[in-house]
Amino acid sequence: MALVELAKSFIFGAGYTLVLLFETILQFRAIFFKRNEIVQQMFTAGISSFFVVSIVAVFTGMIMGLNAGLGLKDFGAEGQIGLLLTITLTREMSPFMTALILSASVGSAIAAEIGTMKVSEEIDALEVMSISPVRYLVMPRVIGFSLMVPVLCIYSSILGVFGGAVVGHFQLGVEYQVYFNDVLNRVGSVPGLKDLYVGILKGFVFGVTVSIVACSHGLRATNGAIGVGRATRESVVTSFLLVIFIGYVLTAILYR
Amino acid sequence: MSETPIIEMKNVHKTFGSRKILKGVDVVVKKGETMVILGPSGTGKSVTLKHITGLVAPDEGDCFIMGESISFSKEKVRERLRAKMGVLFQSGALINWLSVYENVALPLREHKISKGEELHRNVMEKLHWLDLVVAKDNLPGAISGGMKKRAGIARALTTNPEILLYDEPTSGLDPVMSNVFNELILRLKKELHVTSIVVTHDMESAYMIADRITFLYEGKAIFCGTVPELKASSNAVIQQFIHGKTVGPMILDHSEQKKKK
Repeated sequence: MALVELAKSFIFGAGYTLVLLFETILQFRAIFFKRNEIVQQMFTAGISSFFVVSIVAVFTGMIMGLNAGLGLKDFGAEGQIGLLLTITLTREMSPFMTALILSASVGSAIAAEIGTMKVSEEIDALEVMSISPVRYLVMPRVIGFSLMVPVLCIYSSILGVFGGAVVGHFQLGVEYQVYFNDVLNRVGSVPGLKDLYVGILKGFVFGVTVSIVACSHGLRATNGAIGVGRATRESVVTSFLLVIFIGYVLTAILYR
Repeated sequence: MSETPIIEMKNVHKTFGSRKILKGVDVVVKKGETMVILGPSGTGKSVTLKHITGLVAPDEGDCFIMGESISFSKEKVRERLRAKMGVLFQSGALINWLSVYENVALPLREHKISKGEELHRNVMEKLHWLDLVVAKDNLPGAISGGMKKRAGIARALTTNPEILLYDEPTSGLDPVMSNVFNELILRLKKELHVTSIVVTHDMESAYMIADRITFLYEGKAIFCGTVPELKASSNAVIQQFIHGKTVGPMILDHSEQKKKK
């Protein structure tokens, strides 16, 4: 019986989120009118996660660089870590970790903010004033967030590559010139550009996913503070699962 | 007062989960009238108000605003009907990152009703009216509960509504501030000729502002009439409620009643 209820709630949640996404797309016509809010949301998403994204990106690059370098050293190929890191970071790791960080920081904040508005009747007040909550709250957040995630993906890729360079130089003895030559050659090549575009595309898709899931859970919050807490937690868990799943599907489709 | 019904609820039923909240509520409010909806907690007063605003649709029955259904009409019709309403929510429901001024200006900006000097003049007029000019730059978190409610009324008034709905306007206020609100409701009726519904369980307030009172109990409207008629009612539940007696036929706790069953 509990399983049936769980399935019902899952189907309702998925349906609600898809309808919300569709309604958000319909509200894109108000982008110019809402430009200030969109810029504000981009600023919020970017600034609030800037520090943590920077730290995680540098250390991800360093950890991956060290692990890959130690493995490649057995074959005398540690000089290839620049190439390896560029591929891995741009197409996979940067969008993935940026989306996870943003869903835990900004996504949870969106769910909590909208959830609090819902339980304190602010959403009802908007509806009674015939102000669409989708236009007023959801659309600026989805657009601001979705535009900011790809920017942060590129930024974290660059930092990760620099983190790998430092580890490569000091712990594996790879010259900076050799390392960055590999990086630039890869980025300038056709497959390298594809990696970059795929990374940006993934960042955008993850941005839409995390923000719409956060808004959907916030708008469905009920039952006071407990309900807001539940909405926030479920928003982060759902976002994590969807980012992993969508990340795999996109890689499988784009690199067949 | 005109006899034309401005607000009409016909046989409204509503169930949330396994709990039946409204069991066939009928309410008729005439033009220019102040109708007070009274009743104990958990009896469906706020749900009744949400039906009138179209935020909740009934399972059975219908709600009409100026003769048009708000419950089952298209969104465009609902928006048009809502444009004739102003609602004061229990907590004020101000957007918490906007200042009092911006909250009051919100409907005007979002619907592009006015801008620039005209918008400023309209907003300042409402702020003056509700004695909120000193708090105009404050965020909702930095003002008192009474001020939040007044800001909520100011926001509701910016679009010059014909209907005003108040959800517990005096709850959480001291007796002096409650009276200020009661006088404000009377003043709005006198000067703006608005039709009002006030949901409350504050008897003093109800006696002061009501033209008629509807008494909700167990999801049904068990009484509708004037203040003297209410006071003279022979219904034991009503007598217990208006005199605040703890002993009587009124079910005080629904969960306890369920357990007994």
